[in-house]
Amino acid sequence: MAQYKMHLLVCGGTGCRASESEQIVENLKSEIKNLGLENDAQVVTTGCFGFCEKGPIVKIIPDNTFYTQVKKEDCAEIIREHVLKGRKVSRLLYEDPETQKHIEDSKHMGFYQKQMRIALRNCGFIDPENVDEYIARDGYAALGKILSEMTPEEAIDILKKSGLRGRGGGGFPTGLKWEIASKNKADQKYVVCNADEGDPGAFMDRSILEGDPHSIIEAMAICGYCIGASKGIVYIRAEYPLAIKRLKVAARQAREYGLLGEQILGSDFSFDIELRYGAGAFVCGEETALIHSMEGLRGEPTVKPPFPAEKGYLGKPTNVNNVETFANVPAIYLKGTEWYSSIGTEKSKGTKVFALAGKINNVGLIEVPMGITLREVIYEIGGGIKDGKKFKAVQTGGPSGGCLTEKHLDTPIDFDNLIAAGSMMGSGGMIVMDEDDCMVSVAKFYLEFTVEESCGKCAPCRIGNKRLHEMLEKITSGKGVPEDIEYLKNLSRVIKDTSLCGLGQTSPNPVLSTIENFYDEYLAHVTERICPAGSCKALKLYTIIADKCTGCTACVRACPVDAITGEKRQPHVIDPDKCIRCGACYEKCKFTAIHVQ
Amino acid sequence: MSNLKLQECHIKSIHDICDSYKNDPGDLIKILHSAQTHFGYLPESVQRVIAKRLKISVAKVYGVVTFYSFFTMTPKGRHAISVCMGTACYVRGAEKVVDEFKKQLNIKVGGVTEDGKFSLDSLRCVGACGLAPVVLIGEKVYGRVEPGQVKEILDSYTD
Repeated sequence: MAQYKMHLLVCGGTGCRASESEQIVENLKSEIKNLGLENDAQVVTTGCFGFCEKGPIVKIIPDNTFYTQVKKEDCAEIIREHVLKGRKVSRLLYEDPETQKHIEDSKHMGFYQKQMRIALRNCGFIDPENVDEYIARDGYAALGKILSEMTPEEAIDILKKSGLRGRGGGGFPTGLKWEIASKNKADQKYVVCNADEGDPGAFMDRSILEGDPHSIIEAMAICGYCIGASKGIVYIRAEYPLAIKRLKVAARQAREYGLLGEQILGSDFSFDIELRYGAGAFVCGEETALIHSMEGLRGEPTVKPPFPAEKGYLGKPTNVNNVETFANVPAIYLKGTEWYSSIGTEKSKGTKVFALAGKINNVGLIEVPMGITLREVIYEIGGGIKDGKKFKAVQTGGPSGGCLTEKHLDTPIDFDNLIAAGSMMGSGGMIVMDEDDCMVSVAKFYLEFTVEESCGKCAPCRIGNKRLHEMLEKITSGKGVPEDIEYLKNLSRVIKDTSLCGLGQTSPNPVLSTIENFYDEYLAHVTERICPAGSCKALKLYTIIADKCTGCTACVRACPVDAITGEKRQPHVIDPDKCIRCGACYEKCKFTAIHVQ
Repeated sequence: MSNLKLQECHIKSIHDICDSYKNDPGDLIKILHSAQTHFGYLPESVQRVIAKRLKISVAKVYGVVTFYSFFTMTPKGRHAISVCMGTACYVRGAEKVVDEFKKQLNIKVGGVTEDGKFSLDSLRCVGACGLAPVVLIGEKVYGRVEPGQVKEILDSYTD
């Protein structure tokens, strides 16, 4: 990379590509050619920078200029001004929302200051389709070091000492998992990478695969060496075409370089990977269900034990890890356990990637050290709540998780604290909600998801979740009674205690956690029949503010059910029993005299 | 359920797909992916041919097809509309966008318009949460969609 004076990094992640970043790459290249700057500047398509809110992103190094919301028409200006004349195009620079000043160097952006990138270390830095760039950043050095200097036992020991825990949700110690798989004797073992990211609102695995596919291949090979497997399988969602493409390119390049295949780097160790496609089933995130799906069957879970480490794919010992877990592995071997275990909290080491989304200013992908507080994530990295609204809750752990509220803002985030707070780490979706979000509706939204995704094998999950959903539907449509809340809690406990797999055992969490943290809101729905957030349509109460009403009768004409009465030029009234809450009067009123509660 | 009357050439394509995976039932999901790419959907007749070729029961094939949401037994419209209903899109108003599509097209989620032009589905997270709410039509991604834009978007598809 040394011969160029400048590198223009353009985000080629799914989010930015949706905003025509490919066209931006083309335009930048052609402008460079027009001005004859081919020897000075190079355009590189990289993985995700994480700052999806302001995409498409173009970053210029070495000066770390960070252009946001770049349009294809801006490309000529960037090349002419910045590359040719050395003047930054200030209107495209990121503007600090507080000081309203343009930030010249991305290192000074609040979004990046609190972050620490290990799993995402190469995302947004290298061209994911070029193995040389990965190698230039110490790629495959960990594999080389292990193959030449360590026995599998020694390598596993390092991972155990690092304290790395599975990032897919459960938080099981990764080193221990590898050790169990390594001790089971078999003629064939398998390494599986779980890239079936089904949690709605989480996209860290996709971004890692799109931005740094070689790190996953390297880690899988290391795992293969440690547990004694020669075959690796990446189980990936078919909905991620770009990640699939980049992974295939990376595997081909690795084979060409002798980093996959027979006798890797001159050792006795042989290893190769293949891809299997998921077909849209959330339950396949569960290890046993995933393995069935790889075998061409319905992705239904089975009772553990036997664990996949004893009897997994095709009945052979199988080690399943999630994408983000694998992405951490090479870094641990290169920088050492002391470095890694110095980051994070006592029982949760390292960093965690979160997909920050919802009602927050800086939607994006972030990686933070364990132990950071929610307040730092939301207000310093996330830039606060959108449109100056009030923070209400943040949902973590997806459909298996729960809500954290104002009182949890200063709790250090790690595996154990989140569980203690009634939520869970999950795969790392973090959805921020504001005062306009009704928590009963949010619980209903998740149950709708679970009902759809329940595989139907065990009754508590299949029938119980359906009943929970019906009950929530009843409450949000204004037909609930106070006893329903207790019923919801009881049924939730039964489902948790008796379901077969992790899906059913955690699916009532959104209900329990919203009842726990927002009991008053549930109560308002079932006693006063109002939705405090004003989101449940059936519970909206429309009234006319007498002082503002001029008696123009516009609302009377708009009302489809004749619920509004009154004399001309006198204040009108709405009959709540007749009102069907359609909102027609609200839209028609020119004097903002209609009040909605 | 819509079914497809298979011609000789169709059967041959299915056989070719199965053969390329050595007729291994363990590769059933891969085979179904390929077949759906080829036909656009997986009608009963296609499933029967696959089952026979792999020497497994039709029930098993059907069981797998109906288990996974990616597989469909009804043909999609010429322009397949998918509204993301992931959590991030949901809290930014995706439900209202779906409702507007339903109203404009007069079909339910999972349905196809009578002229076969549009089909409407919801999907879970395309991972472009920064653009929420997101709508996909074919391969084109529409970001930050508001209900008011739905008609305009639909009108831009003239064929």
